[in-house]
Amino acid sequence: MLAELAQTLDRTARRKLGRSLSIREVDAGSCNGCELEIHALSNVFYDLERFGLRFVASPRHADVLLVTGPVTHNMREALERTYRATPDPKWVVAVGDCALDGGIFAGGYACVGGVSEVIPVDLHVPGCPPSPTALLQGLIALVEQSTHPRE
Amino acid sequence: MPFLSALTDRGRRIEAHRLWPRIVVDVATWRQAIVGLAAGEATLLGLWCDGEAVHMGLIAGAKILVISLPVPKRRYPSVGLSHAPALRLERMIRDLYGLEPEGLPDVRPWIDHGRWGISQPLGARRPPPATGSAYPFLEAEGPPLHQIPVGPVHAGIIEPGHFRFTANGETVVRLEERLGYVHKGIEGLMAGAPPERAARLAGRVSGDSTVAYAIAFAQAMEAALEIKVPRRAIWLRALMAELERLANHFGDIGAICNDASFSLMHAHCGALRERVLRASEACFGHRLMMDRVVPGGTAVDLEFDATAVIRKLIDTVRRSFPELIELYDETASLQDRTVGTGFLHSALARQYGAGGYIGRASGRSFDARRTPGYAPYDELKFEIPVRKEGDVDARIWIRIREVEQSLALIEQIINRLPEGSIRSELDPAGKAKGNCEGLSLVEGFRGDILAWVRVDNDGILAHAHLRDPSWFQWPLLEAAIEGNIVADFPLCNKSFNCSYSGHDL
Repeated sequence: MLAELAQTLDRTARRKLGRSLSIREVDAGSCNGCELEIHALSNVFYDLERFGLRFVASPRHADVLLVTGPVTHNMREALERTYRATPDPKWVVAVGDCALDGGIFAGGYACVGGVSEVIPVDLHVPGCPPSPTALLQGLIALVEQSTHPRE
Repeated sequence: MPFLSALTDRGRRIEAHRLWPRIVVDVATWRQAIVGLAAGEATLLGLWCDGEAVHMGLIAGAKILVISLPVPKRRYPSVGLSHAPALRLERMIRDLYGLEPEGLPDVRPWIDHGRWGISQPLGARRPPPATGSAYPFLEAEGPPLHQIPVGPVHAGIIEPGHFRFTANGETVVRLEERLGYVHKGIEGLMAGAPPERAARLAGRVSGDSTVAYAIAFAQAMEAALEIKVPRRAIWLRALMAELERLANHFGDIGAICNDASFSLMHAHCGALRERVLRASEACFGHRLMMDRVVPGGTAVDLEFDATAVIRKLIDTVRRSFPELIELYDETASLQDRTVGTGFLHSALARQYGAGGYIGRASGRSFDARRTPGYAPYDELKFEIPVRKEGDVDARIWIRIREVEQSLALIEQIINRLPEGSIRSELDPAGKAKGNCEGLSLVEGFRGDILAWVRVDNDGILAHAHLRDPSWFQWPLLEAAIEGNIVADFPLCNKSFNCSYSGHDL
């Protein structure tokens, strides 16, 4: 399963990105569960970097924002500013059930809701939290569907 | 007479509060408790509000007491004024409920960043102040000093928070934390929620401790409702809790070394962590074991070949981990970074009641599995590793020793796992037991988690408070970093690994 996914991702990433896609992760209110699994993408079992996909330390170096959490009101501005700091063209992937619509945290005074309420979202990877395999599948889907990233 | 017993006699006992007593006191007794706390006669377990009263959890030895002060005038004598560990908790209560702690030395908002469109969301629900103003950070003055602002969005894949460093050249003179960015309003969301939904919320206060939180919440509910949990469920919970501890400690040991640019350790520990998560999924159907512990028992039983999976995991770890310990112990360049770095004085650890590896690396041997203790740990053999050095190195060693203890615990659990059912009905007679309260203290990987619940007349969860261990650890990071170089902050921070989400609630 993993080997198959890896092959697909490798092929697509090579073709469409020339082995280079930089990802900036933004926790906009998550419980940290999604971060743990995103982290796992870098362990030796998944080793995301072999496909040319890598996590970068600044949005200014990023092609993709990987955003988790129900966006809290206290993180809204930081998310907007991170989005603005990411150069075009760029993609946004919302990760986890909370990132879709606030999930279990929706409805309170403290959360805005899903990521798409704050910035445009290209793809949503469901799960609580999504497994590394699901995250890999999501990244493949992103790379495959988007010959023309958001301008 | 011991401090807590003397206090107990001075208040009105609430009968339906279990497993430990809660008493309602007057202002004079409240003040007496503060004096005792400040004198070190008890440790602060928590400080929370239910709208009507402010509650203070105290522990001395193995004795736990909750004292409650009704606040009809929305004011109470500040605990933080004399006992600093209460400061941020009081600022949070002030932000959420609008209670005024009289004498509170720091009245800056803490969780409320002025962005909710409302203030005192769990209290009077007032309109927010008309103009927002910048958060006034504490000052450090002098010609060579400069400030470094970091966050809330950090460079790594971690949670958001803001750190304001004041540095003299490379040396950190002052660090001030600004938290609250991931405040999700969980206390408000839990009030009135059905138990299943409340349990799911509790399991998402801090995702890395989902099992520990779910156990803490379940134990509090079960204490309140006087539910007897099947023995097998209690043992399965401990199995999950120790798997969670293993996974997190592997993750931490690797990540701390990685912050000293020793990525080899990170790679190996990351692989071990992944193996634990895969074993967890094979046994319980979820890598982090979310929603597997529920009030009344567990939601799932072990898959049929699960013990074989766990034995294989233990075997793998026992074969590979000793080599990694040796690698850590014998790499001088790595030790050069960790030994003596981020020193936390034992007096501070004791004063703050710092739990987990932070307390235990600074001489505080507290572990909720032992004191006050809960099943099945009373039937299991384990040691609580303690060191006195208080540095990054000691916090790594505590984790290493705890990995060994957790392996031994897991082995004992699967060898002696009782047969039987895994879940009791929350409401067996079909009529909810009303007006009762429960308190629990559960040892997560980073320290003791306090859970307090009140169930109202109709069996509805009226209030829940969950206190993360990080409340008493974050402030100590500010102390531990002082005098270290800026470049060692990631190392210190990762060795603490406080929770943002658990703290921000």
